[in-house]
Amino acid sequence: MDDLLADFLTETNESLAELDLALVRLERTPDDAPTLSLIFRLVHTIKGTCGFLGLPRLEHVAHAAENVLVKVRDGVLAVTPDGISTVLFGIDRIKEIVAGLAVSGSEPAGDDTTLVAALNALAEGRAAPAAPPTPAAPPAPVPVPPPVPAQAAAPIAAAPEPAAEPADAAPAEAPVAGQTIRVGVDVLEDLMTLVSELVLTRNQLLQLARNQEDSGFSVPLQRLSHITSDLQEGVMKTRMQPIGNAWNKLPRLVRDLARELDKRIELVQHGAETELDRQVLELIKDPLTHMVRNSADHGLETPAERRAAGKPETGRITLNAFHEGGHIIIEVADDGRGLPVDRIRAKVLTRGLATEAELAGMTDAQVHRFIFRAGFSTAAVVTAVSGRGVGMDVVKTNIERIGGTIDLKSAAGQGTTFLVKIPLTLAIVSALIVQAGRERFAIPQISVVELVRAAGIGGAAAADRTESRIERINGTPVLRLRDRLLPLVSLAGLLRLEQDTGAQEASQCIVVTQVGASMLGIIVDRVFDTEEIVVKPVAPILRHITMFSGNTILGDGSVIMILDPNGIARANGIAGSESRVAETAPPTTVAQSEQRIAMLLFRAGGSSPKAVPLSLVARLEDIERDRIEISAGQPVVQYRGRLMPLVPLSGTLDTAKERQAVLVFNDVDQRLGRDRCMGLVVDEILDVVEDRLKVELSGDRPGLLGTAVVAGRATDVIDTAYWLTQATQDWFRAGQKSGGARAPQLLVVEDSDFFRNLLVPALSAEGYEVTACDSAGRALRLREAGVTFDAVVSDIEMPEMDGLQFVRTLRAGGAWAGLPVIALSGRVSAAEMAAGRGAGFTDYVGKFDRAALLASLRQCLGEAVHAS
Amino acid sequence: MGITVLERPAEASAGGDERVFVTLTVADQLCGVPVQAVRDVLGEQVITRIPLAPSEIAGSLNLRGRIVTAIDLRRRLGLPDAPAGTPRMSVVAEQGSELYALLVDQVSEVLSLPADTFERNPPTLPPEWAAHSVGIHRLEDRLMVVLDVVRVLALAPEG
Repeated sequence: MDDLLADFLTETNESLAELDLALVRLERTPDDAPTLSLIFRLVHTIKGTCGFLGLPRLEHVAHAAENVLVKVRDGVLAVTPDGISTVLFGIDRIKEIVAGLAVSGSEPAGDDTTLVAALNALAEGRAAPAAPPTPAAPPAPVPVPPPVPAQAAAPIAAAPEPAAEPADAAPAEAPVAGQTIRVGVDVLEDLMTLVSELVLTRNQLLQLARNQEDSGFSVPLQRLSHITSDLQEGVMKTRMQPIGNAWNKLPRLVRDLARELDKRIELVQHGAETELDRQVLELIKDPLTHMVRNSADHGLETPAERRAAGKPETGRITLNAFHEGGHIIIEVADDGRGLPVDRIRAKVLTRGLATEAELAGMTDAQVHRFIFRAGFSTAAVVTAVSGRGVGMDVVKTNIERIGGTIDLKSAAGQGTTFLVKIPLTLAIVSALIVQAGRERFAIPQISVVELVRAAGIGGAAAADRTESRIERINGTPVLRLRDRLLPLVSLAGLLRLEQDTGAQEASQCIVVTQVGASMLGIIVDRVFDTEEIVVKPVAPILRHITMFSGNTILGDGSVIMILDPNGIARANGIAGSESRVAETAPPTTVAQSEQRIAMLLFRAGGSSPKAVPLSLVARLEDIERDRIEISAGQPVVQYRGRLMPLVPLSGTLDTAKERQAVLVFNDVDQRLGRDRCMGLVVDEILDVVEDRLKVELSGDRPGLLGTAVVAGRATDVIDTAYWLTQATQDWFRAGQKSGGARAPQLLVVEDSDFFRNLLVPALSAEGYEVTACDSAGRALRLREAGVTFDAVVSDIEMPEMDGLQFVRTLRAGGAWAGLPVIALSGRVSAAEMAAGRGAGFTDYVGKFDRAALLASLRQCLGEAVHAS
Repeated sequence: MGITVLERPAEASAGGDERVFVTLTVADQLCGVPVQAVRDVLGEQVITRIPLAPSEIAGSLNLRGRIVTAIDLRRRLGLPDAPAGTPRMSVVAEQGSELYALLVDQVSEVLSLPADTFERNPPTLPPEWAAHSVGIHRLEDRLMVVLDVVRVLALAPEG
């Protein structure tokens, strides 16, 4: 059954039970206003939901009942037992229909006109009609007991009795209701609080036990620890809900918006099943709705505009949610016009948010972020949909309030994407514990980018060392960090703590935090560990201190305050005045520096270490000297049932060594349909380190990608592709030295498997990178996909599209229009060749003439290939 | 059992006879807090200072997994700080589901006092005291200021 319908049934059954009681109570105390409004609200909700779900019969009855209740609520109609009976009768009918729904998933057939007439008569103040409402004929699948129709003739006064009847039909609802139980949110919240306490107590116990060796507690404590973790996970799970629950109102919203704005909008949802804490879910609902509304209103163009821009008329809003390292990332993307940079600039100027000079120095991305500033709406026309002054700033504030971050990407004409990163749960977060001025504080891990150790201001003499140094501009501390200036604040100074004088002199730790687009370094005296903490709100009398987002109890039982980087940034006037620091760095550098790669360090030919990404190395071997043979001047070893060429990285094989350290590389060559393997002989394997790899490229040394600082030392990073080619080329005696230059890319279009298999290895052996297609259609698809080649070799006789037509298509335009295209044909005659050249082929070669093909390729590609 | 508990305060207030107070001392002044308002009495505690907080807030402490805000009663009443290193005790009170600890010099016995020894604040009482007390109980040998817990805890957010 439809989830929505199932939810509706569960809810409506509860409402109906409540309604019965409330109506009876109202009969006894007719002027009980709260009861009356409760009844009104319940009926109204049922009516509203029916309309939404498309249940006309239910809606009709509920609407008539509501009409009566409106009159009663407004005091127009007095509460009489007869009136109540009629309403109760209406409720009974609703129950019948609901029971039918639960069984069949659709409304049972039936006639409600009499009942509705009775209700309407009541609403209009006429006396209850003599004609009793006839209950609807129960449809076959509904096990409504027969007494109902039997009582149909009874006067309305007796009506309350049938109320008991549909209740008997309740078992039919059981399949819907039985699967889940509804538990009050407060029960879950209490449970969560208790579990949080348990986790803390467990942590305390573990800490105590750590100090006592071989205490009898350790084993049961371990068990307690495991159970606590499981319990925590279990309770967390009860709070988890798919993010789709926050999205389920959006399709309707988008539909209505599309009508209202006269646009065509498609809403695409990915990752609706991604789960997150319901508390977070509740808090993210409104910001998400707002963002979608914004995308529909501001982001997407009208169909006419879209057509003019060469886009499909239907605009698309894509919602995407996924987990990433303890957080949830939600993307709200549209393929609309992108943010209007010029309009934002103009608005920034008129609002005085930045000077013209400041604006001139800003990148578009920085300008875009002004939309997160308070009261900033660029919609030229204030529509009913958005542009009411509550804008992205509210969204941003709400997201930050739950410890999340928001950012955006926008490209003119291509659309805008908002990226929201929020914690999975608010209850437990990972935090970095730091110390400043002899006090400890927690900084939520989500905002920590990295930790930097810097020489203190007194330690400027140590500047020539690799570590960074804090410098001052008119007393304001800043840090040079990877050629950027990072603004710094001293935590002790900020919180007016007594400075730890000793720490000033020695080196200090800087916690680099990201607040929106800005980076801020927080100077602390010490950095401890990270710890999972249970966030508790601060006491109301402390809420005004914006530096703190909460407090918590650590494993050792002490209370510490949780810092709010947003608050700290605001206190320093950083949020909003988007720091240029983060922006000026090319994004690629950031990506590189954030990604840690496991590197294998080794030594070969010289003392300086060399490195290769560990993921590229298939195996590490230690091969005895006796196993190495020489085949055609090349050292080889029998390895896993075949011969593996060995390449000494240092140039010569040290035959004096008993054992050789060998890095085995394996490269599955898709095009050749086989894997190549090669052993790189090195002097010594040193270590495996995980580090951020930033290679300074140097193209002039064959076999080396460049130099990188790995584990604090300048290290040559080797180019595995070069060595692999080296080995296989030597092995195949092709005699080529490509010198590390990029191999020319060839596309071979040939329908015959046999020729393809013949051609591809032959060309590969000559140093070409070959891609093969079995039809012209496939080749064209590669072109559409943006794949580039240096030359194309195509058969003439092919099914569907032949070679001549293929080359005509290529020449007609597109990325490949100017490529050399060589025809391969079984039939080589002057007429055929002329026809080929006429169609656009650069050259025409016989199918079995390998030498001619290679010569033609060399000619077409100039001197790109150093052929033997 | 349940009945006696229920009836005793009723009897007390009806007869106007007795009121029960937890007595404490700040800067040698005896004060009392109605026993109903007291959740706990604590000895010396580890208190984490809260930077930027109003000066009356001594910090926060961990009471069986709950974070309790500690308020220094001396500062609240405009008295000089206790000499450094003096052990302090605290009386824990609850307000609006939040727990607060009143840091005092000493918590002593629980007293049952007849209502007729109670008097309103004398008009000459210093404003810091008058603002936080309901009145005075005359004991045999000394006076006990009855603290108004609600007002003591009503710290303005601006401090």
